[in-house]
Amino acid sequence: MRDVAVIGVGLTKFGELWDVSFRQMMMEAGARAIEDAEIDGKQIDAMYVGNMSSGQFIRQEHISSIVADHAGLVPIPSTRVEGACASGGLALRQAVIAVASGIHDIVVAGGIEKMTDVLSGEATGALATAADQEWEVFVGATFPGLYALMARRHMYEYGTTEEQMAMVAVKNHHNACFNTCAQYKMEITVEDVLKSPVVTSPIKLLDCSPITDGAACVILAPMEKARKFTDIPIVVAGTGQASDTISLHGRSSLTSLRATTEAAQTAYKMARVKPDDIDLAEVHDCFTIAEIMAIEDLGFCRKGEGGKVTEQGETAIGGRIPVNTSGGLKGKGHPVGATGIAQAVEIVLQLRGEAGKRQSDGAEVGLAHNVGGSGGTAVVHVLRRGD
Amino acid sequence: MAVPRFWREIPNRYNLVGMRCGNCNKVLFPPRYICPYCRRMGKLEPYRLKRRGKVITYTVVHAAADGFEDQAPYVLAIVELDDGPRLTAQVTDCNTNEIKIGDEVEIVFRRMGEEGQDGVIHYGFKARRV
Amino acid sequence: MDVGIVGYGVYIPRYRIRVEEIAKVWGDDPENVKRGLLIEEKSVPAPDEDTATIAVEAARNAVKQTGIDPQDIGAIYVGSESHPYAVKPTATIVAEAIEATPDLTAADYEFACKAGTVGIQTCMGAVEAGMIKYGMAIGSDTAQGAPGDALEYTAAAGGCAFIVGRNENKSLATIDDTYSYTTDTPDFWRREMRSYPKHGGRFTGKPAYFKHVLAAANGLLRKLQLTPQDFAHVVFHQPNGKFPLLAAKELGFSNEQVKLGLMAPKIGNTYSGSTMIGLAAILDQAKPGERILAVSYGSGAGSDAFSIVVRDGIEDKRDAAPKVLDYVDQRVLIDYATYVKFRKLLVK
Repeated sequence: MRDVAVIGVGLTKFGELWDVSFRQMMMEAGARAIEDAEIDGKQIDAMYVGNMSSGQFIRQEHISSIVADHAGLVPIPSTRVEGACASGGLALRQAVIAVASGIHDIVVAGGIEKMTDVLSGEATGALATAADQEWEVFVGATFPGLYALMARRHMYEYGTTEEQMAMVAVKNHHNACFNTCAQYKMEITVEDVLKSPVVTSPIKLLDCSPITDGAACVILAPMEKARKFTDIPIVVAGTGQASDTISLHGRSSLTSLRATTEAAQTAYKMARVKPDDIDLAEVHDCFTIAEIMAIEDLGFCRKGEGGKVTEQGETAIGGRIPVNTSGGLKGKGHPVGATGIAQAVEIVLQLRGEAGKRQSDGAEVGLAHNVGGSGGTAVVHVLRRGD
Repeated sequence: MAVPRFWREIPNRYNLVGMRCGNCNKVLFPPRYICPYCRRMGKLEPYRLKRRGKVITYTVVHAAADGFEDQAPYVLAIVELDDGPRLTAQVTDCNTNEIKIGDEVEIVFRRMGEEGQDGVIHYGFKARRV
Repeated sequence: MDVGIVGYGVYIPRYRIRVEEIAKVWGDDPENVKRGLLIEEKSVPAPDEDTATIAVEAARNAVKQTGIDPQDIGAIYVGSESHPYAVKPTATIVAEAIEATPDLTAADYEFACKAGTVGIQTCMGAVEAGMIKYGMAIGSDTAQGAPGDALEYTAAAGGCAFIVGRNENKSLATIDDTYSYTTDTPDFWRREMRSYPKHGGRFTGKPAYFKHVLAAANGLLRKLQLTPQDFAHVVFHQPNGKFPLLAAKELGFSNEQVKLGLMAPKIGNTYSGSTMIGLAAILDQAKPGERILAVSYGSGAGSDAFSIVVRDGIEDKRDAAPKVLDYVDQRVLIDYATYVKFRKLLVK
C-alpha cells in the first residue's frame, strides 16, 4: 500500500447561489483544484463524487456521469458516493483507497450539493431521508428533532447547558468571518442564539447549520509522485470509517456516536497518532450539540466535558485544540455532499499555512470528521504535513 | 407512504408485534429479519410487546414533521419499553411543559396522518403518560 | 333468547369545551343555553383521534375487561356517522387492532345515533343462531356541529363497545329481548360530501325523538308485560340533558331511575356512543338482579329498546378496565380557538 497525498484543493463560495447551477458548481470547484495542483485535466485517472440527494433536490441521478461529462473527462471511471451528510468524507476515503491500492494514480475526490432550487420545506424533507423513514420520520421525528433528543439526554447526564451549546455557534460564526467562502460571515452572541426561535427544544434556529449550495474538490496523488506537483504535499496519514444503526433509538448510547469513536480509532491507529497529537480539527457540527459530542467522541476531552471545554475557549483559534476554524457547518454552510471534502480542504490549507486570519500557527497534524444522518455513518481522516 | 408499504407494517404499527430471538431471547422492535446479535444462529419469531415503557429522552418539536403541523408544538420522545427495545414516538395528550425523563407511558392507537384528502389514512402508535 | 352482555369498554377523549366558551363567540347567553339543553360542557377529540381510534380504545378496553381471546370474536360491527372513510370500513381497522382477524365477519353501520345499538341486535341474532361465539358492537363518533349552530354546543366525541355472547359464557348481564320502532322520518340528515348535518329544528322533537323513543319503549314493555316500576334504571339516547328526562317522565319513569345513565351534561352528545356509554355507566354501578331499560334513537328515524338484567358476578368483572366515570372525570379544558384548531376548521 502506498502513501497518499493531497496535491490540490478548490471550492466554490458556499451560500444561496441562485445564479449557479449544479453542473457549474462542480466545474468551478474542480477547476480551482486543478489550478491549485498545477496539473492538466488529462492527468486525472478517476473521480469520486460525494452527493447525498441530487435526486430529491434537482431530480437528477447518475451524477457520476454528469460530472465526468461536464468536466470534459470522459471516459475515466467516475463514481457517486452516498452516505447522507457523510457523502463527501466517504468519497474522499474511496479516493484515498484507490490511490493507496495502486489502482489509480491521480484521483479527484469531490463533493457537491445544490439545495436551494427547492422550497426549504422540501429541503428539510430531503434531509430527513437520512433518518429512519419507517420508525423515526413516520412517527413525527424531524432531523433536528433527533439531535435534540441527544442534546436533552446529554444535558440530563452531564449537565451540559444551552449556553454552552450556544457558544459553539458563537465561535463558529466568529471563525467564519475570516473565511471568504463562508455563508454566514457574521458575529453573533450567546444571547442571540438563546433568543432565536425554538426549532425543537433545546435546539434553536441559531443552533442549526443552514441550507447551502456549494462544491469542493481535492486532488490526490501517490506520495512518491506528489513533489512533482506541490512543495507542500499533505499526507493522508489515516482514514477510518464506521457504521451504526440507522435510528437513534437503536443505538447503544444516546449521547455518543459510536460510529465516530470507531472511525477515529481506525484513523488514529493507521496514522500512528493519539488524540493529543491532533493540532486542529474540522468536526461535523450540523447542530451545536453535535460539535460538543464530537470533541468527546474524538478523544479531545473526557466524555461529558465537551460543553465545559468549549466554554473555556479550548476549541477557539489559538486554543488548545482549535475546532472548525473554517466556521464549521454552522458558519461556513452545509452543502451536504460537499461538506466532507470542504473539511479536508480547510485542514490542507491550515497545514500549508495558507489559512490567513484564521491560521492556527504551527499546525502539523489535522483531522476531518464527517457524519451521516444522526450517526449511522462516520468517517475520519488524519492529515499531516508531508515535508 | 405508499399503500403496500404501510399495509405490510400494520401488525407492527397497530399491535407492537416485533420479534423475539429463540437463541439469545432478546426482543427486537421495530421488526428485523436477522438477529443483530446472533445473525445466522438466530431464530426469530413474532412477539407482541407489552404496551408500557418509560421516557428516556424527549424534545418539544416546533418545526413539525410532514403531516404533524396541526399538532405543533408536540412532544417527541424515545421510550424504553418494558420488554427492552426502545422506540421513537410522539407523546400525545401531553402539555409541552409537563414531560420529564422517567415518565411512565402506555402505547396507544392514534391517527398518524394521511396521504392527502383523497388518500389512505395512516394509523399507528403514540405514547401517552399514565 | 339466551344472549347477554359478556363485557363492555368505553373511551371518551379528555378535552372539554364549556358552554360559556362557545356562547362567548356567538353572543349567546350561556345560562340560557345550559338551562335549555342541560349540558355544561362537551368532549372534543384531539387532532390525532377519530372514530376509528376511539373505537379501538373502547374495543381494547372491552377485551381487557372480559379477558376473552379476540380470535373468538366472530363479528365486529361499528356504527357511526363520522366513519373516517366513506368507503372502507372502520370495523376492519378495529378488527386488526384487537387481533381478531382473519376469521370473522365485519361491517360498518349507519343509522345516525343508533348505529351502534343496531350492531348489538345483529350480534344477538348471530349468537342466538349459533353462527358466532362472540360478537362485538361498537358505537363511536366524532360529531361535528356547524359553527354557530345550536348543535355546536352538544356535538361531542366518544365510543363504546359491547361484547355479546351466550349467557353461559359468563355474561355479566342478560339481554332478555329487544324491540325496534322504525319509520321514514327526515328529522336530521347529512347529504353525501357535505360537512355538516341539517335538521328540522323543532321537528326533531315530538314527531322524531319522542315519537320513536316512546313507541320503542312502550312496545318492549308491552311485549315483555313489564311496567316502569320493574326497572331499576333507564337510559335513553341523549342529544342533550333534557330530552331523556322528558321521555322518562312521559313513560312514567322517575328522575332517580334516569340518573346513573345520564352522561350528556358532562360530555355532550356522543351520537352513536350516546346510549351505549349511558348503559355502560349504569353497568359500572348496577347491582345484580337489577333490570335496565335502554332505548336508543337514530334520526331518519328509529329506536331500539333493550331489556337487560344484571347478573351475579358483575362486581368482580367490571373493575378490570377503566370505567365511564374514569374517562368523564379525566378532563382538560380548552378554549374556542384551540377547539377550532383541533377540529381542523383552521388549517395552516
